[in-house]
Amino acid sequence: MYTFTQNTKSICFALIAIGIVAIGYGFYSASKTHYSDAEIKVKVKELYKGLSNKNKIKKDKHHASSVYKFSHLFHAIEKEFHCHFSEEEIANAQSIDDVIYRTKHYFHAKKQRPWSSLFVSNLFFLMISLGGLVWLAVQYISQSGWSASLLRIPQAVSSFLPFGGAIMLFIIITGALHWHHTYHWMDSSLTYEYVYENTIGTDHPQYTDEKVAGVVKNKKYDYIIDGKTAYLNIPFFIIRAIIYLLGWCLVAFLLRRYSLNEDKEGGLKWHNKMFALSAMFIVFAAITTSTGAWDWIMSIDTHWFSTLFGWYSFASFFVSACAVIAIITIHLKYSGYLENVNENHMHDFGRYLLAFSIFWTYLWFAQYMLIWYSNIPEEVTYYLIRFESYHILIIVALILNFMTPMLLIQDRAAKRLKGQVLFVAILILIGHFIDVFVMIMPGTVGTHWHLGFVEIGTFLGYVGFFTFVVLRALSKVPLDQKNHPMLIESKHHHI
Amino acid sequence: MSKEKIIYGVYGDDDVILDAVKAIREKGHHIDEVYTPFPIHGLDTAMGLKYSRIAICSFIYGCIGASCALFMFWYIMIHDWPMNIGGKPSFTLNENLPAFIPVTFEMTVFFGAHLMVITFLIRCGLYPGSSSKSPDPRTTDDKFLMEIHTNGDAKKIKEIKDLMKKTGAEEIKEKE
Repeated sequence: MYTFTQNTKSICFALIAIGIVAIGYGFYSASKTHYSDAEIKVKVKELYKGLSNKNKIKKDKHHASSVYKFSHLFHAIEKEFHCHFSEEEIANAQSIDDVIYRTKHYFHAKKQRPWSSLFVSNLFFLMISLGGLVWLAVQYISQSGWSASLLRIPQAVSSFLPFGGAIMLFIIITGALHWHHTYHWMDSSLTYEYVYENTIGTDHPQYTDEKVAGVVKNKKYDYIIDGKTAYLNIPFFIIRAIIYLLGWCLVAFLLRRYSLNEDKEGGLKWHNKMFALSAMFIVFAAITTSTGAWDWIMSIDTHWFSTLFGWYSFASFFVSACAVIAIITIHLKYSGYLENVNENHMHDFGRYLLAFSIFWTYLWFAQYMLIWYSNIPEEVTYYLIRFESYHILIIVALILNFMTPMLLIQDRAAKRLKGQVLFVAILILIGHFIDVFVMIMPGTVGTHWHLGFVEIGTFLGYVGFFTFVVLRALSKVPLDQKNHPMLIESKHHHI
Repeated sequence: MSKEKIIYGVYGDDDVILDAVKAIREKGHHIDEVYTPFPIHGLDTAMGLKYSRIAICSFIYGCIGASCALFMFWYIMIHDWPMNIGGKPSFTLNENLPAFIPVTFEMTVFFGAHLMVITFLIRCGLYPGSSSKSPDPRTTDDKFLMEIHTNGDAKKIKEIKDLMKKTGAEEIKEKE
């Protein structure tokens, strides 16, 4: 029986407090300096006029040195609105409309920032929890003996699913209510070809697909997104999310109950039931992790698609889940529990981490290389923004997720050391958080990204929240499954 | 000092020989070699063998393979005959690197695997035309053989023979 000490609890609560402060600060600072689109348009035009009168902006559009012709305007805007533009944004502006668009974009990103950081952390820990459940199911269907004495740990990891799932649903529903713009395609103005002329400029323009009297072409119409509405529409999206989350939570609940029944009754009955349920769950998880990744992550960059995205993101979450299970096992080992777990089990954790880190790198590179080689505009946009604005994070993620496991736990002796596996597992966890960050942020806050107090604070808050939920679930049931048929094999596991 | 003598103990079961190895080593005798028809799990640690360094060789061979592949690409695709494939005519190794990674990976595996096998064969003395070192051909079928070298001390030889008998040896032979 694991006791959740007051000391660990206090650390969790402190981390949760940091998280709440960080996300609260994020929402506060986003709401404090927010300008509406109309306000921005009016003010930028005023500034433009003022500067034009002073002859600071050359009106000759074909002038050779027109590259920085809007730089004065941008600087005036920076002063007026207290914002900041990158060199590229300033250099690439071609007209006054571009300047207005850029300014609007800056404030949209600012408003989106706390939502995105909440979304990144929540998705990361929700999917780790799911990865833990898949890991548990894999142990059952592969009839693994080595892990039999530590299966309560992935069980406890999967107990975070309802919490993460509830917040995920909250984020999706608030997105559908247009509180934030994580999912660009939820904007209904993009999918209608025509708009009623008399409603343009009002707060709620009326759109239609039919060419009737009184309509004009909708300027915002996006035919690519319109072509995807059969799959990407709000009701179906929410129904899918509920199906995934209910399915995952149900399996997590059943596997936990079956294993508790096995403790009470013994015999092979419950073990066989868990085997059958795990086999069915693996099929369900194989489909839902792919479609879930398309829905929740890939649809952020709505125009873009990649066929192996589901596996790529799942590889990321699965290796993170392996790292979390290894970290909790080592924590329990350091606190004097799990006397049957020894360096042979560490060796297996090391192999899991190394193998899935390389699997992740393989999928990352497979996706990248095909897009780089074919160089099709609709695909390459995904990496364009990432390589221009997020290259530091991509390099750090590749070093943490590929180079560190490759170099630090390749050796047999290294895999058998608790401390070394723990160190690499923590680095992998940080690396994959950065990887998820790079999956989400370019499509939501664009070039105006930060990895500052709001993002890191929210992440730390989630670390506390997740640890609290998982360790509390772990402390409620006996740490050993006393009637698991392969306990003896696990005890004498030797490699 | 009398001449060196070699004692062979033939066993009929893998578990029996594993326990015998442990028991004999506990008494402080050094076991020089064990011949078995198949690998026995845990025998190397029971015999007190050092962990194989072939993994380190494999890492070095892999590095050689990767370097060879990159040098080959640089020479063929960049230096000697620059080629524009798939609209990527940047003509530097660095910028065209993603295209070379898959084959570099293959070359790393190729070098690692082949050189490792060759190293293994050389280290075991398994060059073409070499003869079998096993003292008893039955070790390729169903028998397990333990080999202990002694300096000819009669008391020690007797002690080892007794130990072998006690631990379940089916046959015990002696060779000058």
